[in-house]
Amino acid sequence: MTLTREFEIVGDDFTNAGWVSTEIKSILRNVGYPADVIRRLAIATYEAEMNVVMYARRGHLTLELDPHRVRVVLEDEGDGIPDIELALQEGYSTATDKMRARGFGAGMGLPNIRRSVDVFEMVSEVGRGTRLEFEVRARAGDSVHEHPEASEAES
Amino acid sequence: MKLRKIAEKLGFTVFAGAECLDREVSGGYAGDLLSDVMANSSAGDIWVTLQTHENTVAVATLRDLAGIVLVGGREPDGDTVRRAEAEGVPILVSPQRTFEVVGRLIEAGVPERGAG
Repeated sequence: MTLTREFEIVGDDFTNAGWVSTEIKSILRNVGYPADVIRRLAIATYEAEMNVVMYARRGHLTLELDPHRVRVVLEDEGDGIPDIELALQEGYSTATDKMRARGFGAGMGLPNIRRSVDVFEMVSEVGRGTRLEFEVRARAGDSVHEHPEASEAES
Repeated sequence: MKLRKIAEKLGFTVFAGAECLDREVSGGYAGDLLSDVMANSSAGDIWVTLQTHENTVAVATLRDLAGIVLVGGREPDGDTVRRAEAEGVPILVSPQRTFEVVGRLIEAGVPERGAG
């Protein structure tokens, strides 16, 4: 059984930035995923959310949960990324001074996402936006158990 | 070691999360780049930083950090305090700078996690 949740992320809204990732973490915890899965998704969803806040007008995030893996698809409307390989390099950043003053723009976001997940795909169209998809799988030895509150996470 | 004991011993001022000071501190991390803290801190860490804005609260919540210590007497923004109270994230302030705060935390007995 797969549970799906949808979230909207608003560009340039630093006040609410991080709220979607926090909400997702709380859902994962209620469903009862292993701590390592929650940790890796917290890092990946936070970085992805901040990228929308900083670089796009808006983003739509779809969260798909099934017992053995969590999949996230994030589509944004924005300027897009001309060179994805360059954007994935540690330390490369196009952040403004305002973002840097807040402790962002270290060029670590996308590398952090890629390191945290098991499947990573990104496509971008300049002038339109970026589609990021990633998946975290429970690893052998992780205890996966469905929590009775799982169905409530949908409400 | 409890956060409350550390705050008392080191003379930190509590700006948010006064009800959450019974939290156990199992290590520490110092950093002002949020992505660095996201990637490299550990659950239970006390986080030493100069960032006073509200985005620090999400980082502390997402990584299950024990609390935030602001250095150099920097006080948290109003939005930061409101968010921290809502999420239950303690924010403490020290008049000292990062170097001295970290040294005193280790001296007080906060465990070092070692390399990696």
